[in-house]
Amino acid sequence: MSATNTLAPVSTREAAPPRPRWQTIVIRPETMTLVLLIVALFVASLLSPYFLDVGYILRSFALSGEFAMVALVLTMIIIAGEIDLSPAANMALSACLFAFAQQAGVPIPLAVLIGLGAGLVMGVINAVMVIGLQIPSIIVTIGTLTLYRGIAQVIAGDKSIRVPEYFIGIDKVMILGMPSTVFMFLVLSVVLALVLGTTIYGRQIYQIGTNEIAAKHAGIRSQRIKFILFLAMGLISSIAGILTASRLGSVRYDLGLGGELQMVLMAMLGGTYIFGGRGSILGTFLAAWLLVVVSTGMTVANISPAIQLTVLGILLIVAIIATNFIYSRTQR
Amino acid sequence: MLKKSLLAGLALSLALVGSAIAADPIKIVYIGKNTGNPYFDSITGGFQDACKKLGCEFEFVAPATAEATSQIPFIEAQIQRGVNVIGIAPNSPDALNQVLDQAKAKGILVLTVNGDLVGNESHRDATILPVDFTKTGPNQVELMGSMIGYKGEIAILSATTEAPDQNTWIAAMNDTLKNDAKYKDMKLVATVYGDDQPEKSTTEMEALLSNYPNLVGVIAPTTVGVAAAAQVVQQRGIADKVHVTGLGLPSEMKDFIKDGTVKAFQLWSPYNEGWLAVHFALGVLDGTIKNEVGSTFEVENLGKITIAEKNAMNTQAELTTFDASNIDNYNF
Repeated sequence: MSATNTLAPVSTREAAPPRPRWQTIVIRPETMTLVLLIVALFVASLLSPYFLDVGYILRSFALSGEFAMVALVLTMIIIAGEIDLSPAANMALSACLFAFAQQAGVPIPLAVLIGLGAGLVMGVINAVMVIGLQIPSIIVTIGTLTLYRGIAQVIAGDKSIRVPEYFIGIDKVMILGMPSTVFMFLVLSVVLALVLGTTIYGRQIYQIGTNEIAAKHAGIRSQRIKFILFLAMGLISSIAGILTASRLGSVRYDLGLGGELQMVLMAMLGGTYIFGGRGSILGTFLAAWLLVVVSTGMTVANISPAIQLTVLGILLIVAIIATNFIYSRTQR
Repeated sequence: MLKKSLLAGLALSLALVGSAIAADPIKIVYIGKNTGNPYFDSITGGFQDACKKLGCEFEFVAPATAEATSQIPFIEAQIQRGVNVIGIAPNSPDALNQVLDQAKAKGILVLTVNGDLVGNESHRDATILPVDFTKTGPNQVELMGSMIGYKGEIAILSATTEAPDQNTWIAAMNDTLKNDAKYKDMKLVATVYGDDQPEKSTTEMEALLSNYPNLVGVIAPTTVGVAAAAQVVQQRGIADKVHVTGLGLPSEMKDFIKDGTVKAFQLWSPYNEGWLAVHFALGVLDGTIKNEVGSTFEVENLGKITIAEKNAMNTQAELTTFDASNIDNYNF
C-alpha cells in the first residue's frame, strides 16, 4: 500500500485517484442490462421447455421490432435532454395515411412515400414547437400524441383498412436467417451506435444533454442537432408504422397503441438517463432483447398477464435504481 | 445381476416411453379476449368439463387488454408449445389473419369460439357461436315489444361503436322495427354506446332518461350495459315506467329480476360453447366428424349439431329467456 502511494504522482488535495480501467469498462448500466438478459434467458428456459428456440425468439422479437427501432432514435433524443412521446401515434397516423392512399388507388410506392412524408411532417411539427416556440418537449409530445392518434381515427374511422396481399408479411422475409425487421433493427443499431459513439455529432448530443447552455457557448449548434433528431424520430416512426401495416395486413387507428411506453421502457432499461447526457445505443439494444425474452418466456409458459405486468414493473424499478446508483458512483 | 437389472431398467424405460406416447393427450387452448372477464369463466368451464370427460389437456390464456393485436404473442406462444387445437375469441376481425394462417400451416385446428373473423373466415377452420346471430336482433325486439305492449319510444344502449356482434344485432333490430308491421307503433329514438364500461354505461343511461322523457323501454344487448341500465332504473324507482331488457348474465341480473326492476332478459349458455368446441375438435382430429358444410354430428346434452354455411355451428337455436320463473336454475 505504501508502495503504491510512493509510486503515484503527487496529487493535490482535491483530486480523487483515477478509477481502475476495468471499473470504467465493467461498472456501467449496460452491464446490468446484459446480466439481466442472461438471467432472463436462463430463467425462461427453466420455465418452459418450448422457449429456447432461436427461430421462435427471433419471430417474437419481430412482433416488437418496430418499437425497438424507434426506441433507438428515442434513446438519442433522451440523451440530448428531450423526450418524444408521440412516435406510436405517429406510427398509426403514417400507416393510416399510407393505407388510405393505397386504397384510394394511389400506387404502393407512392403511398409509402406519402406515409414517410407524413412522418417527417409530424417530426417537423414537434421540432418547431419544442425548438421554435421553446415549449417543453414532454408537453408538446403529449399533445401531439393525442392529436396524431385523433387524426388517424378521423381518417380510418372505426374500421380497419386492408393492404394488398403482396404487401403483407415483411416480417416473414428472411435475411441471414432472421426476420427482415430484426435484421433492420440490427443494422440500425450498428449505424446509430457508430454515429453516437464515434462521430463529433454524437459527442455533441451528449454535451447538449449534459449542459445545453455550456454546449451553446462551446459553439455547438444545439437547435440544429435537436431539429434533426426530431426529424429522424418522425421518419423512423413512419417507417415503423408501415412495417407494422405489412406485418398485420391491416391498419387501424389504434395501431401501436401504448407503444410509446414500451419504447421509453427499452431506453430506461438500457440505462439511458432520463435527464439527458448519458446512455447508449448498446443499452437500448440489449434492453429490447431483454423485454422480448422476459415477456415471451412468460407467455410461452402460460403465466398470467397479471404476473407478467408485476415482473416487468419490478424489472424496471430495479433497472432505474441500479442506473441511478451506478451514475452517482461514477461521476465523470 | 448387473446385466439383469440393466435389462429390467431398459424394459421399464421402454414401457414408460411407450405409455407416454400412447397417453399423449390432445392439447387444447382457449385464448380469451382479455383476463378478468367473468363471461369467459363460463366458456372455460365448458371446455374444462368436456376435456375431463373425453380426456384432453386444456388451458385458458388471455392478454391483459382486449386491444386488436394483444392476442398475437399468445397465438405465437401456443404454436411454439405445439398445441393441437387453438380456440379463440378474436379481438380483431383481421389483425390476426397472418398468425392464424401460421398456426393452420403447422396443422393446428383453429376455431373461433364466441365471436368470428367476420369477412376473413378463411383464416380459421370453423366457428362456434352460441346462437344464430341473425335472430338475436328480432328476438330482442319481440321481447321488448311484449313488455311495453308494442307501443312507445325505445332506445338502445350498446357496447362500443365498433363491436361487430352488437352492430350486427342493432342493424337487425332497426330492420325488424322498420319492416315488421307488428312493431309499427314502436319508435327507436336513440342508440347510445356505453363502451362496456359500467360508469360510462350508467352515464349514457341517465342521459337517455333526461333527453327522452317519454321513453318506455331500453334494449341493452351487452351484459355490462343491461346491468348498468337496470341499476339506474332501480335507483330511480321507475321500473313501472321504463322497461329494461337485453342480453345479460343470470348471476348479475338475478337481483333485478327478484325485485321486479327487470321482467325478463335473454342470453345463451356460454358454457355450452366450450362444451361443443371440445367435442367438435376431438371429433375432427380423430376423423369421426367431417368439417364440411352440411355434415351433422351428435353431442351429449346438445343434440344434433349441423355445420352451417362458412363452417359455423350454433349451440342452440333460439335465445334463452330468463325471468322470475327460471332464473334460479342458472348459475353463470
